[in-house]
Amino acid sequence: MAALLRKLVKTNEFYLFLVIVVLSVVIQLRSGQFFTANNLVDLANAMVVPGIFAVGAFMVLVSGGIDVSFPALASLSVYATTRILVDGGYEGGMWLPFLLVIVLGAILGAFNGLFTSRFAVPVLIITLGTASVFSGIMQGVLSSVQIPNLPPAMTEFGRATLFVATNPKSGLTSSMPVSFILLIVVVAAAFVVLRYTTFGRGLYAMGGDESAAERAGFKVRRIKFWLFVIVGIIASLAGLVRTTSMDSMHPTNLLGMELMVIAAVVLGGASITGGSGTLTGAMLGTLLIVIVQNSMILIGVPTFWQGFALGVLIIVGTGISAVQVTRARKRARVLI
Amino acid sequence: MFATTTSKPTFQSVKNRLFSDPHVARLGIILALLLVFFAIVKPNNFFGLATWQSMAVQFPEFGLMALGVMLTMIIGGIDLSVVGIANMTAIGSAVLMLQIAPAGSDPNQGYLAVIAAIVCSLVVGALAGAFNGWLIAKVKIPAILVTLGTFELFTGIAVIISGGKPTSGLPLQYGEIMANRVFGVIPMPLIVFIVGTIVIGLLMYKTPFGTKLYMLGSNETAAKFSGMKTNNLIIRTYMTSGIFAAAAGLVMLANYNSAKADYGSTYTLLAVLIVVLGGVNPNGGSGRLSGVILAIIVLQVLSSLLNTFPDISNFYRPLIWGGVLLLVIVVNELSNKGSLARLLKWKGNQS
Repeated sequence: MAALLRKLVKTNEFYLFLVIVVLSVVIQLRSGQFFTANNLVDLANAMVVPGIFAVGAFMVLVSGGIDVSFPALASLSVYATTRILVDGGYEGGMWLPFLLVIVLGAILGAFNGLFTSRFAVPVLIITLGTASVFSGIMQGVLSSVQIPNLPPAMTEFGRATLFVATNPKSGLTSSMPVSFILLIVVVAAAFVVLRYTTFGRGLYAMGGDESAAERAGFKVRRIKFWLFVIVGIIASLAGLVRTTSMDSMHPTNLLGMELMVIAAVVLGGASITGGSGTLTGAMLGTLLIVIVQNSMILIGVPTFWQGFALGVLIIVGTGISAVQVTRARKRARVLI
Repeated sequence: MFATTTSKPTFQSVKNRLFSDPHVARLGIILALLLVFFAIVKPNNFFGLATWQSMAVQFPEFGLMALGVMLTMIIGGIDLSVVGIANMTAIGSAVLMLQIAPAGSDPNQGYLAVIAAIVCSLVVGALAGAFNGWLIAKVKIPAILVTLGTFELFTGIAVIISGGKPTSGLPLQYGEIMANRVFGVIPMPLIVFIVGTIVIGLLMYKTPFGTKLYMLGSNETAAKFSGMKTNNLIIRTYMTSGIFAAAAGLVMLANYNSAKADYGSTYTLLAVLIVVLGGVNPNGGSGRLSGVILAIIVLQVLSSLLNTFPDISNFYRPLIWGGVLLLVIVVNELSNKGSLARLLKWKGNQS
């Protein structure tokens, strides 16, 4: 027990958890609104989309790259799906939207994967390019407009709730969306893949040292390609959730979210150069950012401080982890 | 790089220098073809002075940013915060000008305000860049993350100063100076860009600083062990990038006659695209100023050409930029099939 505790104290996740607890208590003291049933449900609701995105961004970060194309990818695949279904007057169940989004996400992800697995150019630069290709296809070729009326199945999925929480004092209600289950499923699946499959271990190995991973027998190129296919699917699922929960398709709604998601994952302790990090950390990091965004209004900070706060969070978060890495390296050198 | 410092700049040596690099030569050919195409398809636009003048007003905005990004990429880093710095300094200097010379004050006060604003903006740009450099060199956060974070931070500061609204109503003197046509033809932004290019050319090819940039970019450890103050060098590089971003901000301020936190949001991609298109290796250590300048001109000509087709929507532009970027990556890889690709594919004892 004591050993477990000592081990726990050394992890990044533990400190992140402490920060979240302290922040929650501060917000509770200042507003009296934080630990109410409906606020907590609201936070969970707000976590679904960034949370699913964070799983994908985390997997890319572990492999040693930074993907900035996932919001554009998700927008394109969900827009195309919605367009096809609305134009076809689709009345059936939810399985077809899911299937279409997954197929399109996989194809667009494969496009990313084709470039990242073949060319020795930083993933960031490649995905900057593909991101603008994706949004260009959506806004130029498909001349995207807002689609206000979704197929009935998608509307229904967006409205479906697990339970409703009521604030006894104010009478405000918040409902827990069914899509929260999707978040749990994605996180659980990613957890299993990262921990128990050759593919998952390959991602960590690649992030640590690509040529070493290659020599150890991992097929680096193939792993990279499939990584981006999977990330494309995950991102598209998040896009579908956002669209159904808004009950209309805003093509540009997701664009610009990449920074916040990457910040969340890096805050969660994923090494910025790849090779280490945990899903728990990524989820805690997402939670922290969601709390900061949602609660600034609760404690009366004007919303235009959000960008500033996010920037400070990214720099401080990455700064702490960078200082830790440098210290660890110095310590190692002393031992030798 | 060493040859250029010894040979005299005769026409022959300039020609050799331009075409010794296959990448620069290829860009030159692309530009020539593009211009011929332009002249054939849209002769009216091509042979009008107004087309070229409007180009010369537009490209310094992202061209100056690209010059800064180029330096950071030569040392193996990247600067994604240039648009943030440009908007922050533009809003800052707009507010300063309004403080010194509110509407209706006399012209002398206005000129004073303009000078103060320019100095202030360049200084703030330098400080912002130095902050980037400090985080990268001393705190040792990767450049990508630092500049993603500071982009958000600087944009955030810009939003806070301006309250998210456009800042306008600048003193007339600012517009007067920046919209001035030198000799009646050359727009002021082009002059700013040319001065910037000369400064950066001298920095890169005539000073030890420039030589050290390439050394740092090719091998940081070797550079450190050969006694270079790498931290200092990194900070100075990002500082220069910050100054160029601030200059771009001043040009944007003049072109829009106002400043807002979300102007020029596509320029980040464009600046990176230009630098990669110009033949700078994103992993550091190589690249030429002439290539980057050619890339800037190619993109501006392409952009103006697109403008002359009214039925091509503006939304196609990101598609074209992104497509060009990916194409360049592919062509670069195919043309120097070797070094990096071989390194990654290296499996044990096959050489």
